Amino acid sequence: MTSAVAGPELEAHFTATIEHADRIEPRDWMPDGYRRTLVRQVAQHAHSEIIGMQPEGAWIGRAPSLRRKAILLAKVQDEAGHGLYLYSAAETLGVSRNELTEMLISGKQKYSSIFNYPTLSYTDVGTIGWLVDGAAICNQVPLCRTSFGPYGRAMIRICKEESFHQRQGFELLMTMMRGTDEQRAMVQESVDRFWWPALMMFGPPDEDSTNTEQSMEWGIKTHTNDELRQRFVDMSVPQAKALGVTLPDPDLVWNEERGQHDFGQPDWDEFWSVVKGDGPCNAQRIAHRKQAWDEGAWVREAATAFAAAADEEKTA
Amino acid sequence: MAEVHTHEADDHESAYAGLLVNDAHWAFGTDFEDPLAGVDTTVPEGIEPATLAAYCLMLGDDALVLSQRLSEWCSRAPDLEEDIALANIALDLLGQARLLLARAAKADPSIVPALPDGSPVPDEDRLAFFRDDLQFRNVRLAEVPNGDFAQTIVRVLLFSSWRLAVFERLVRSRDSVLAAVAAKGIKEMAYHRDFAARWFLTLARGTEESRRRLVAGLDQLWPLWPELFETHALEREAAEAGVAVEPFEVSAEVQVVLAQVFAASGIDRPERGALAGIQGKKGRDGRHTEAFSLLVAELQVVARAHPRGQW
Repeated sequence: MTSAVAGPELEAHFTATIEHADRIEPRDWMPDGYRRTLVRQVAQHAHSEIIGMQPEGAWIGRAPSLRRKAILLAKVQDEAGHGLYLYSAAETLGVSRNELTEMLISGKQKYSSIFNYPTLSYTDVGTIGWLVDGAAICNQVPLCRTSFGPYGRAMIRICKEESFHQRQGFELLMTMMRGTDEQRAMVQESVDRFWWPALMMFGPPDEDSTNTEQSMEWGIKTHTNDELRQRFVDMSVPQAKALGVTLPDPDLVWNEERGQHDFGQPDWDEFWSVVKGDGPCNAQRIAHRKQAWDEGAWVREAATAFAAAADEEKTA
Repeated sequence: MAEVHTHEADDHESAYAGLLVNDAHWAFGTDFEDPLAGVDTTVPEGIEPATLAAYCLMLGDDALVLSQRLSEWCSRAPDLEEDIALANIALDLLGQARLLLARAAKADPSIVPALPDGSPVPDEDRLAFFRDDLQFRNVRLAEVPNGDFAQTIVRVLLFSSWRLAVFERLVRSRDSVLAAVAAKGIKEMAYHRDFAARWFLTLARGTEESRRRLVAGLDQLWPLWPELFETHALEREAAEAGVAVEPFEVSAEVQVVLAQVFAASGIDRPERGALAGIQGKKGRDGRHTEAFSLLVAELQVVARAHPRGQW
């Protein structure tokens, strides 16, 4: 609607702001497509934080030391906090948290596919911290400079906490590697399961990525999927070595000429099947979220009714 | 630090810088330091170490078990704000439990479960993860399943009102660890009580359904309430030595607090008798409800599979 009445000056101003790498703010004019893309991306990111509470949250009750239990509970709580910041950023684009939650539950909006993989051992808490949060950071650090102000600012705060989580995850794996043979085997088994899904977190190869080009032009996205994936691999290799685990990729090798690692491709058929809804946990994750949302409806209604009654008393 | 191969230096590195360095910025520390480091852990004169340890287990197990229950809400609360708040409460209680179990172990090392030689599991974790359910001394109010959000609010209100009153007296304990735990815990328990009291009022005055659920939750938990004020023989002994608080002492003031919340909410005090024990034995003696063994099983399953494990 706005683009139809927007003068060329508005559009020119928007383009200039992007070109100068300045921030677009909620009250600024923006093309409809930019707004739609942002709502989609910020909402998807918020949903990922909230759905991401489930796989790790499942192990809070079983964490094997009081200290680890506290670390895990605090981490999952941080994810709820990240969801809050991001839903707030999305709200500045004119869409409410309730609407977004409904869209998540009805499957109209997505979340990161990585959370459709199950956590099968407590060790996965460490591996998710190291690899999944690590991949998320690779994706998210550039977003601190994204063109939309509220999103960029939320990302700065989130990235700091995520890098903290990543280090905690890495530290758990490191501690387990110093433990018993069984514990070392648990770490390797978990890394074997999560390595490829972590590589998938950067999205399909550039030639198959439909949204990348426009998003890069708008400054929403600043690096391509393949660039970020390469960076993640290059960073993870020395970390794996320090841990003493083997990354499950026979093609992984340092390429002196490129100054980067060569590596194999994830199973993209599996990726698309998970994205399309057939992953190991897609249905379970949404059902869990839906159940919490539905079962909480009477509480939210009570809070609204109570607040309305209190307002009435004030004005009476 | 290991060499990281990157072809350009930019802000990616900041997120990774120091990943391989063991610095002081980790939450809760990176090592397995004694949670009581720097605190005077001498057992005060005039009390049996076993009695002091039992009393610490009572307060510690209350906190551990309720924390375990409250953390079940994680990712399941009615909205994100409540998810965060319930996790906060669970974290506070977990912190109290860790100190109290460590104190119990220090006071009387003979209560700490034996593990294979060379096991790195610290004492407080041995108590939490390697005791059998019949050895836990928590009140049964802490262990019963959560029920719905209303019932959870009622439990937090009842528990925190009671524990806050206990801690307000326990700051004068002759045991410096207990006094310190209480001093820190007072602020936490006051927040828990405030959170629960506000939701109690909201649910009572919100909708018909929320009121109905609140009344049902209160009715359900009320029979477990008197157990909190029954003074166990060991509590009396510890109180006489100036170390513990007789819970009976705080009864009147806690009832006044509750009466205020009930009055503001227009809720009647339930008319229900106290839940009986088994041959008179209740939570403090290790006689629990049917749900408890399952709670303990979940709590301990990973730790028990790795008695030599380090985490």
